[in-house]
Amino acid sequence: MDGVELWRGLDRAARHALPATSILIMVVVLGIPGLLPWQPACRAGFVVASVFFWTLYRPASLPAPVVALLGVLLDLLGASPLGMWAALLLIEQAGIAAVRRSLVAQGFPLVWLAFAGVVLAVAAAEYATRSLLDLAILPPGPIITQAIIAILLYPLLAVVLIRAHRGAAAPEQA
Amino acid sequence: MLRLSIPVRQALSRLTLPVMLLASLGLILAGRADRHLGDMLRTGLDDALAPVYRAAAAPVAAIEQDRGALGSWFRLHAENLALTKQNEALQRWRAVALALAAQNAALKSQLHFVPTPTPNFFAARVIADLGGLYARSVLVTIPREAHDIVNAIAMDGRGVVGRVVQSGSRSARVLLITDLNSRVPVAIGRHGERAIMEGQNSATPRLIYWAPGDPPREGQIVLTSAVGGVFPYGLPVGIVRYKGRNDPVVVPFAGLTRLRVLRLFEYDTQSAAPADPPGNPSHP
Repeated sequence: MDGVELWRGLDRAARHALPATSILIMVVVLGIPGLLPWQPACRAGFVVASVFFWTLYRPASLPAPVVALLGVLLDLLGASPLGMWAALLLIEQAGIAAVRRSLVAQGFPLVWLAFAGVVLAVAAAEYATRSLLDLAILPPGPIITQAIIAILLYPLLAVVLIRAHRGAAAPEQA
Repeated sequence: MLRLSIPVRQALSRLTLPVMLLASLGLILAGRADRHLGDMLRTGLDDALAPVYRAAAAPVAAIEQDRGALGSWFRLHAENLALTKQNEALQRWRAVALALAAQNAALKSQLHFVPTPTPNFFAARVIADLGGLYARSVLVTIPREAHDIVNAIAMDGRGVVGRVVQSGSRSARVLLITDLNSRVPVAIGRHGERAIMEGQNSATPRLIYWAPGDPPREGQIVLTSAVGGVFPYGLPVGIVRYKGRNDPVVVPFAGLTRLRVLRLFEYDTQSAAPADPPGNPSHP
């Protein structure tokens, strides 16, 4: 293999790894105290939004095992029941994969609406899982806050992610 | 590399997601069946990430201080007035404290009072705020030579912050008193009426199990109680406030939203009762 081929291969691998790496870094960075208000909610909202975006536009870059690992990391850092976020994110991914073909051609407002639906479904599932595992009716306030933050976060995130999707995360440009 | 035909590869890729989902559900069950699994993984991850967080905390603190310096230019006058006022009040309290200290010394000398031993303590920096939606905990660095410090009491300059629930080789997790799982036995007011302070996931933990005939009164001081053997008697926790009829809460003295440095006190737990406090997630 000559040098050019090697560099191109490395470039392609880096572009493939960008979505997962960016999620990983943000999850860790959002643990630094005092960056944002409602930081735990922002962290989970960011992951839900990122998994939604990449599964919709570049599913090959975010395979299921990677999503599961990111979910476990989120569980370990956020002190949620072990494996809960892994399952939730995989269910989210499965749901998006089912409607991907029709959704990917739509404009931004409809995609945002679909995202809001996904967030509400994930929030309901999270609330049910936590209540079931704790055998208690938990206060719903934090979950509702987290869902609202995730929905409001999506347009801001989309501006950055669309740019990354067309540039730094596109293996075909390597 | 193994060459597979295209249909086989497609079938495999379609199977990945369900298989991973089943694995995650299995993990939930495993974590549920064996709590130590989650604790072990969490401690390992905390220890691994501690250097990263410690490195990241310094620049963040620098930015904060810069902003503080810039902001204080604009608020200097108002801040000075507030400080002068506070200083006057503190001077009055100083007189009160000196008088009380003298009285206390006199009373102790009459009682042949045996002082309680000073506990070991060390300062620990808060390096990460790793709470979740229903969990209020912070990650602190601990010195290399520190042994297992589970159940050490964490305080900031003003009052009780929480208790260490996990300790690794260079990091420890402190469960805050506002966490849903936190139950702290407390003594209220001058006579030390017993109650339990229950974390509510909000800024103000609730008081439960107080004597119905003698409810806590607004403004009474809340101290820790030695019941249960984890906390010593008499650490300051907060002030009683009523949120509604029959709903007393505690306004903590500690600044729980902006924790930077904690002091971890190790009381001699050998002599205390071995009973586990309720709601201790590391020992179900």
